[in-house]
Amino acid sequence: MTGVESTLLTGWGRATASLAEVSHEASVEEIAETVRSARGTPRGRGVLSRGLGRSYGDAAQNGGGRVIRTDALTGIGVIDASGQVDVGAGASIGDVLAYAVPRGWFVPVTPGTRHVTLGGAVAADVHGKNHHRDGSIGSHVVELDLVDGRGQLQTLRPTSPGFGAVVGGMGLSGVVTRVRLRLRPIETASLTVHTRRTADLDETMAALVAADQEHRYTVAWLDTLSSGASFGRGVLTSGDHSTVGSSPGGEPTPLHDFTTGRVLPGPPWAPPALLTRRRMRMFNEAYYRAAPSRATLSQESVAAFFHPLDVISGWNRIYGRTGFLQYQFAVADDSCVRHVIEMFQRAGVPGFLAVLKRFGPGTEGAPLSFPRPGWTLALDMPALPGVRDVLDAADDYLVARGGRLYLAKDSRVKPELIPAMYPDLDRWRELRDQLDPDHVFASDLARRLTLC
Amino acid sequence: MLDALGSPQSLLVLGASSDIAQATVAAVAARGRLNRVVLAGRPGERRDAAEASARALPGMSGAAITAVDFEASDSTSHSSFVDAVFDAGEVDVALVAFGVLPDAATVADPSAAANVVTANFTGAVSALTAISARMRGQGHGVIVVLSSVAGERPRRSNYLYGATKAGLDAFATGLGDSLHGSGVSVVVVRPGFVRTKMTHGMDAAPLAVGPDEVAQAIVTSLRGPSRTVWVPRPMRPVMSLLRHLPRTVFRRLPI
Ligand SMILES: Cc1cc2nc3c(=O)[nH]c(=O)nc-3n(C[C@H](O)[C@H](O)[C@H](O)COP(=O)(O)OP(=O)(O)OC[C@H]3O[C@@H](n4cnc5c(N)ncnc54)[C@H](O)[C@@H]3O)c2cc1C
Ligand SMILES: NC(=O)c1ccc[n+]([C@@H]2O[C@H](COP(=O)([O-])OP(=O)(O)OC[C@H]3O[C@@H](n4cnc5c(N)ncnc54)[C@H](OP(=O)(O)O)[C@@H]3O)[C@@H](O)[C@H]2O)c1
Repeated sequence: MTGVESTLLTGWGRATASLAEVSHEASVEEIAETVRSARGTPRGRGVLSRGLGRSYGDAAQNGGGRVIRTDALTGIGVIDASGQVDVGAGASIGDVLAYAVPRGWFVPVTPGTRHVTLGGAVAADVHGKNHHRDGSIGSHVVELDLVDGRGQLQTLRPTSPGFGAVVGGMGLSGVVTRVRLRLRPIETASLTVHTRRTADLDETMAALVAADQEHRYTVAWLDTLSSGASFGRGVLTSGDHSTVGSSPGGEPTPLHDFTTGRVLPGPPWAPPALLTRRRMRMFNEAYYRAAPSRATLSQESVAAFFHPLDVISGWNRIYGRTGFLQYQFAVADDSCVRHVIEMFQRAGVPGFLAVLKRFGPGTEGAPLSFPRPGWTLALDMPALPGVRDVLDAADDYLVARGGRLYLAKDSRVKPELIPAMYPDLDRWRELRDQLDPDHVFASDLARRLTLC
Repeated sequence: MLDALGSPQSLLVLGASSDIAQATVAAVAARGRLNRVVLAGRPGERRDAAEASARALPGMSGAAITAVDFEASDSTSHSSFVDAVFDAGEVDVALVAFGVLPDAATVADPSAAANVVTANFTGAVSALTAISARMRGQGHGVIVVLSSVAGERPRRSNYLYGATKAGLDAFATGLGDSLHGSGVSVVVVRPGFVRTKMTHGMDAAPLAVGPDEVAQAIVTSLRGPSRTVWVPRPMRPVMSLLRHLPRTVFRRLPI
């Protein structure tokens, strides 16, 4: 292990910061040792693991405490005939893709960026564009190794009760060190993608429902700034892994030609005023116009289809010093989506990059896992005080209708709403107490929302 | 911790009965995130009244409010006092609002004059030293210090108070810089004339404000690195002008 260094950590939104003692343990045994020594520290501020810091809020921060970076645990094992593979918890989705795609395998679930670790993906039980069909990543974990709150290594399977405390457990049940993942076989490195514009919200939602029947991957980009007849217009993309032989819309890339994608340097800083509402409106207009008015079919790369934002490294700096947040909710009722967007429009929320998708069934036995059947909408916005009241109002509205927010994105919800959003919170606490009886694991998120 | 939109969950007030402090508590409570408020001050009717009005604030329903004894002049007690507060829970924001404005008799009395320094400056130094150490330990926090424009340039009518505020301002500003990168920041607030019980019966100076305006300036400047806040804002250019006046001129000003 290299030294322990005091470091100011923020989330991806760069809107909250706290100082922690950050260390890079070289092995599972060193991680266990760090946990054991924290356990023996009276009135300490606990330990937390941190992956690539892609959670938007304070989930991967532990002010005044210890933070274990998992960047030494990046080993990837041999993929067996059934597609199972052992992955170190510090390896990223991008690392797994680089290894697996040329061998004919694909990750079962990928979020909208490939720069997340497997540990972080399991801790947030991340979902992708295939949630309606394949569920979130927890459903594809065969087993995992965990350094628990006693500093002991244990192996958990989906049948182990503690498994559901770890999946979606935001790092508070232990440090995941290894994940055994079930991969999906693919024939090419391309996706066959249908793209179409939708004229209004009803059409966008209906098109998503229909596309879910046909395609593995679906998502709609929404223009949350347009109003009147074009309220809720969007661009729907649906995709499937291309197969050898049938290739509508172009030639698919052979497996061995796979690359994870280019990266352009991002802005080192940006003035806070860069993203004005007018510019966002122009961007949305241009994005919408750029999509074909009639449905088209094309062959797209993994990077272009799944991780378009990864092209610009450090794009989160575009929001400047104030930082930003993402509001992501899940709710069953169709009408709630419309209502919340209307609330945002009335309040003049400078929305940008809104993404709408349908969720299938949630992960069994994981009380803090976010996805639930119905809709999910995610919207980035600058962290300006002006959005406080409308977001609070949207929270109340959604909670009253069984909705919830995604902990991996949150940085501002009222703690008293969490038990209503996650009704099995107490069950999670019981499971967690068995893995971490002394509450060694802690985070700024957990303190802010009194999760533990 | 402050959330992404700058709303604190816990607040420690030193000088709980101060009118500016009470307005600030109300402004923070309005953000609806407070779950812990520690009202520290000398026991008595004024503190009791401050506690009662804090409890009655909208947005305070979910908060645990405690009133604790704090004597600014008793520096030796500050370390254990601050430890007890931090041991019982997080402190996102600490507001240092105690202070006295001496009358003419006090200014003329050597030992009474020194007591003003003890309360306004020495006591603040010990309290701030203890608070900043514990905030460093939590890896985050904001300390709000009520300085005054009176410290910018001491006036003949108010030089004792001005001297204590000059000392406090220098200390707090330097402390803020020393905390850079620690997750802890210091907001130095320099109000002009504020209509509170401290200034009751005095003729309001130009650019006078009410305690609510100071409170608003405080809550909107909680996020970000250490900084200095003038209330009202035009106080800054005004004071910069006054500071550069020749002494012979400044001395004759009717202020
Ligand atoms: C551009 C972008 C797009 C995104 N798209 C999606 C999406 O489509 N779907 C989705 O679900 N999410 C999405 N996210 C969110 C992201 O997938 C999650 O926040 C994920 O947890 C980030 O992983 P990380 O490695 O960066 O973890 P961090 O942000 O470092 O940590 C997140 C949490 O995981 C815990 N953790 C990290 N490593 C471990 C470990 N080894 N053991 C136990 N706990 C651990 C941390 O303690 C923390 O609570 C997106 C984020 C970005 C920035
Ligand atoms: N009003 C202005 O024009 C103005 C302008 C610039 C700066 N300020 C500063 O702002 C701060 C708040 O002032 P305010 O206007 O709100 O005045 P205030 O209402 O008179 O409050 C002063 C506070 O200081 C407390 N205090 C005084 N001596 C103390 C001691 N020895 N130990 C503990 N507490 C003590 C008082 O407590 P008790 O109730 O026990 O007396 C009271 O809570 C002060 O630092 C002041 O100097 C005021």
